[in-house]
Amino acid sequence: MARRIEVALKDGVRDARGERIKGEVEHFLHLAVAGVKTIDVYTVDALLDDNELRKAAAEPFCDPVIQNWSIDRPQAAGFDFLVEVGFRPGVTDNIGRTAREAIEYITGRPFRDGEGVYTSVQYLLTGKLTREDVERIARDLLCNTLIQRYQILDAGEFAAKGGVPVTVPKVTGETRGRVREINLEISDEELLQISKEGVLALTLEEMKVIQAHFRDPAVVAARQQIGLSSKPTDAELEAIAQTWSEHCKHKIFSGNVEYVDEQGNREQIKSLFKSYIQRTTATVREQLGGRDFCLSVFKDNAGVIKFNDDWSLVFKVETHNSPSALDPYGGALTGIVGVNRDPFGTGKGAQLIFNTDVFCFADPFYAKPLPTRLLHPRRIFEGVVEGVEHGGNKSGIPTVNGSIVFDDRFAGKPLVFCGTAGIMPATINGAPSHEKHINPGDLIVMTGGRIGKDGIHGATFSSEELNENSPVTAVQIGDPITQKRMTDFLLRARDRGLYNFITDNGAGGLSSSVGEMATECGGCRMDLARAPLKYPGLDPWEILISEAQERMSLAVPPQHIDEFLIMAKRFGVEATVLGEFTDSGIFHIVYDERTIAYLPIDFLHEGLPPMELRGVWEVRRHAEPQPEVKADYTGELKSLLGSLNICSKESVVRRYDHEVQGGSVVKPFTGIANDGPSDAAVVRPVLDSFEAVVVAHGICPRYSDIDTYHMTANAIDEGLRNYVAVGGSLELVAGLDNFCWCDPVKSDKTPDGEYKMAQLVRSNKALYDYCTAFGIPLISGKDSMKNDFYDGAVKISIPPSLLFSVIGKIEDARKAVTMDAKRPGDIVYLLGKTANELGGSEYYALKGFIGNKVPQVHAAKALQRYRALHQAITAGVVASCHDLSDGGLAVAAAEKAFAGGYGISLDLTRVLKAGNPAEMTDEVLLFAESASRHLVTVHPEQREAFEAIMSGNCFASVGVVTAEPALSVTGLGGEVVLKGSIDEFKEAWQSPLREL
Amino acid sequence: MKQARAIVITGNGTNCEREAAHACRLGGFDEAVIAHISDLLTGNIRLDDFHFLNLTGGFLDGDDLGSAKAQANRLKYARIEGATEHLIDQLSRFIADGKLILGVCNGFQLMVKMGLLPALDESYLEQSVTLTFNDCGRFQDRWVYLKVDPASPSLFTKGVEKGLYLPIRHGEGKLLADSPATLAAIEERHLAVFKYATADYAAASMEFPLNPNGSVHAIAALCNDNGRLMGMMPHPEAFVHRTNHPRWTREELPEEGDGLILFKNAATYVKEKLL
Repeated sequence: MARRIEVALKDGVRDARGERIKGEVEHFLHLAVAGVKTIDVYTVDALLDDNELRKAAAEPFCDPVIQNWSIDRPQAAGFDFLVEVGFRPGVTDNIGRTAREAIEYITGRPFRDGEGVYTSVQYLLTGKLTREDVERIARDLLCNTLIQRYQILDAGEFAAKGGVPVTVPKVTGETRGRVREINLEISDEELLQISKEGVLALTLEEMKVIQAHFRDPAVVAARQQIGLSSKPTDAELEAIAQTWSEHCKHKIFSGNVEYVDEQGNREQIKSLFKSYIQRTTATVREQLGGRDFCLSVFKDNAGVIKFNDDWSLVFKVETHNSPSALDPYGGALTGIVGVNRDPFGTGKGAQLIFNTDVFCFADPFYAKPLPTRLLHPRRIFEGVVEGVEHGGNKSGIPTVNGSIVFDDRFAGKPLVFCGTAGIMPATINGAPSHEKHINPGDLIVMTGGRIGKDGIHGATFSSEELNENSPVTAVQIGDPITQKRMTDFLLRARDRGLYNFITDNGAGGLSSSVGEMATECGGCRMDLARAPLKYPGLDPWEILISEAQERMSLAVPPQHIDEFLIMAKRFGVEATVLGEFTDSGIFHIVYDERTIAYLPIDFLHEGLPPMELRGVWEVRRHAEPQPEVKADYTGELKSLLGSLNICSKESVVRRYDHEVQGGSVVKPFTGIANDGPSDAAVVRPVLDSFEAVVVAHGICPRYSDIDTYHMTANAIDEGLRNYVAVGGSLELVAGLDNFCWCDPVKSDKTPDGEYKMAQLVRSNKALYDYCTAFGIPLISGKDSMKNDFYDGAVKISIPPSLLFSVIGKIEDARKAVTMDAKRPGDIVYLLGKTANELGGSEYYALKGFIGNKVPQVHAAKALQRYRALHQAITAGVVASCHDLSDGGLAVAAAEKAFAGGYGISLDLTRVLKAGNPAEMTDEVLLFAESASRHLVTVHPEQREAFEAIMSGNCFASVGVVTAEPALSVTGLGGEVVLKGSIDEFKEAWQSPLREL
Repeated sequence: MKQARAIVITGNGTNCEREAAHACRLGGFDEAVIAHISDLLTGNIRLDDFHFLNLTGGFLDGDDLGSAKAQANRLKYARIEGATEHLIDQLSRFIADGKLILGVCNGFQLMVKMGLLPALDESYLEQSVTLTFNDCGRFQDRWVYLKVDPASPSLFTKGVEKGLYLPIRHGEGKLLADSPATLAAIEERHLAVFKYATADYAAASMEFPLNPNGSVHAIAALCNDNGRLMGMMPHPEAFVHRTNHPRWTREELPEEGDGLILFKNAATYVKEKLL
């Protein structure tokens, strides 16, 4: 019989968790609650004697200084309502797993099959609340009903029942091994129905390609020999759907596109990926010649570049948008631990050195009605921030760079970009670490977590728009500790040369990981009955495609398997041999020796015909606000500093460990009070060296409303100028592109698909044009193409967004520069010209306009200036450097001033201007977001040296750092047009999100 | 010549092993071994062969049962493979031999929950204080000023003048004692080695963010009566070079970071007393 252990805080001990919930109930649900207390509950469903149970309760479960424990005796008292929240059956319960291990240490014997520990939390609410209020608190705050269940008892019911009844959320089921055959000799309509009902996300054309394959007489004959009929099995159809999903196959990026520009010129593009992204890298590598530092691009889970002769650098950025929309905490947690496995599964495996996060949300204070099924942006904000916090911090990987972008269209789908970099020895056991091969005969080994129903159809589901019926099983919950144990173990196995190949199990599960590995040697034979399961009751196809987390797939040579398995056991890591790699040409899957899938590798990976797409570009004009001439812009600057996209994100950033591993050089916050916003991060991955990695990013979806070409150009430039601002070298710098788009395929649901497709084409064109001009090779990337919400009535599409991440190095970290003004008397220089480019700016957004004059990037001049700036930084003549982006010069100057604790006085007449002089107003000069500009301070003694290095570039001395702590700007007319104390600007900048 | 040997235990969610080992080497240890807990449990590595044990930062077992609780349980019950002794026996011997232990962050949490600190009157393995959730309710990464108690018996802090400036990175750093008597004993015997303080190190502070977690008496670190065991929430291994400092680009700082002195003192002590 299951027993309930309760652990409650002693009287007088502060309940921080309860207080936080109380605050959220009041702030978020606008309900008055007098108090919230919490109790931890462990439901132990295992055969233990009373002594063992008491030991478990008293020792690992209870902290005797602050807590009391009880067994089968409720501790709740003095409440009006009690809500107990636990997991639904089959949902990953990390604490339950740790609790079980703790008991096993005490008893010295492992749990038997079916035994387990399940955790839940009791919330004791006091106050004048109705049952409906409590229902709301439970449903909208305490519990995500997708993965959790709750029960509510008032004090009377609690007394009548003698406490909360025992619930054991155990998955019950029989080992099934059921395999269905699917008849494809049916009407087109029925074919589509199979795809839709099975969440296969296959189009009719794709279903017909599959139909044709199973009609092929040669295929039928081969299947007959192995004992299969001419009908595909469910496992086969699922494997094909995973492999061909937009998520895995990037059909839109590999499709054929007809692009029509605004003048009606037509262009045929064969694969955006090949034509623009791959070609960018090929072109840049050619330009680099002997200085090429790319080691492995586009072919592995992450890109690999050279760091120095001894080390290689690995980087990847992923998105996890759809799961984060449904379960913000679990989705985001899985996002970060999932992307960790990409560099970890690249080459022979990399040690992870930092994370980067960029989130796109709707306004957390959003007050308009939302379609059902959409969670409130504030809740998504809270959940995503916490999920990534837990995933990153618990994995011991510093989160060093990121940002949060706000636009109400992200209510339809939030964007959760998570990036991870790693480092690996350039060679391991004498071979290049970024290369790996599989030999036929190598064993298929899966390590890490067990397989459950979690994450089934994640890959195909994220290839569809979010709607009311999005499946529950598409959500997984990550477990950083299981993964940490696995990575500790595998790095050691790597160094001992125990495996030939490693890759991660992400989207599509074993079907994708082993399926892709099988292309290395030409086949595989895998027995799914050997796979370790979380609970019985999974059919083979479910085992094949489950996206249960924390798993890696490896190819282990038979001679090393014993050592590999013994070491795994010692590290507390489950490792299982599932079969072997072959050269049969077949993706051969059996269940208990019975064949359930027999698919030619060529068909699986090359059988999909390219999509035919069309993009038609049109220039869309937006209302252009009248230029405004005012005597004073101080209020505008304050409003800008307090706008969501510009204001301080410190309350979020402080929750992320950005210093673990000991190599942090430029941190997210800098300046006299450690609270000025850094432009980029500098990290020393090898502690006895001063060579360091520099990482930065650019993202500006607002410009997409005008033209995605310039949105992309600005994102690339923003990433690079941030990178350069701290001292990043232009000799070794690479880029990663992450496209997050709304569905660009024209259909009934997406009548404007051709415009969105054209936006995508234009973005790719800019990617090629600017990366080649800047000399940045793209080393990896990802696209997420269906970021829409559609419930049949309301459609919300995100603005087309490109995250451009930049990674490179600084030869000597001791030369790095931060953005804060350093001393009074230092000269302030503005590098680059300012043009009448307020289109898409934060300033216009504040006034409710988009405008049309989007900033243009002049790459050749910018690059030359960036090189000179880098030389100045390396020469040690730059005291501080800050990039100009959202909010333009005024915001950059304010940030530089208050970060440094000094004032700055600027003279707009001295700013270098581009374009029609008649259009140059104080408004433009203060707030335009013209690209490629930096605000630099230089000590007067270094003036000559700085100006000598910068000569030949556009730069001007525009002011001075002052002891008086005020920002003061003289306008074109010679009058002061903006003045305020740095404290008031800082307060405006810090207050909006301080409490979140 | 005999070697001064440091060990850093890792596994199950320990995260700071590399920088801790690096700090030991910079501090003067001849060797700093990163040992996975499985190396100890298989008997491949024995604590007896080392002089300085580092229990360092991380999220042992995800802090699932409360910070470091599951590891405290593991160390208590886990048996060494093929031997009659438990790991706890090696640890007790290590302490009895007069060797040094430094617990940082998660390692400090582990030490108090195992009852290794403050261990008044050598009452080892009896828990009398705890580290629990920060008053602000959140994980925090920020730098703090730590006022040293010059009268503390800690042998790690010799030569620390006013205090140290170090980062904290934790969600559960608020120190609470089981009774006023315990707290009084800690104060009387000067076992609270460091307290969260104002920027001039003049006064202990209960104000957030100077005191980032609300610890009673602003306690940030504890040692035992003989000063050979010490635990602290701030991370000394995270500030061993000036470029670790958040304001190194604007302040004149010595090459060495504040945290290094603890490791130097440990190495000196080992070389003078234990070799």
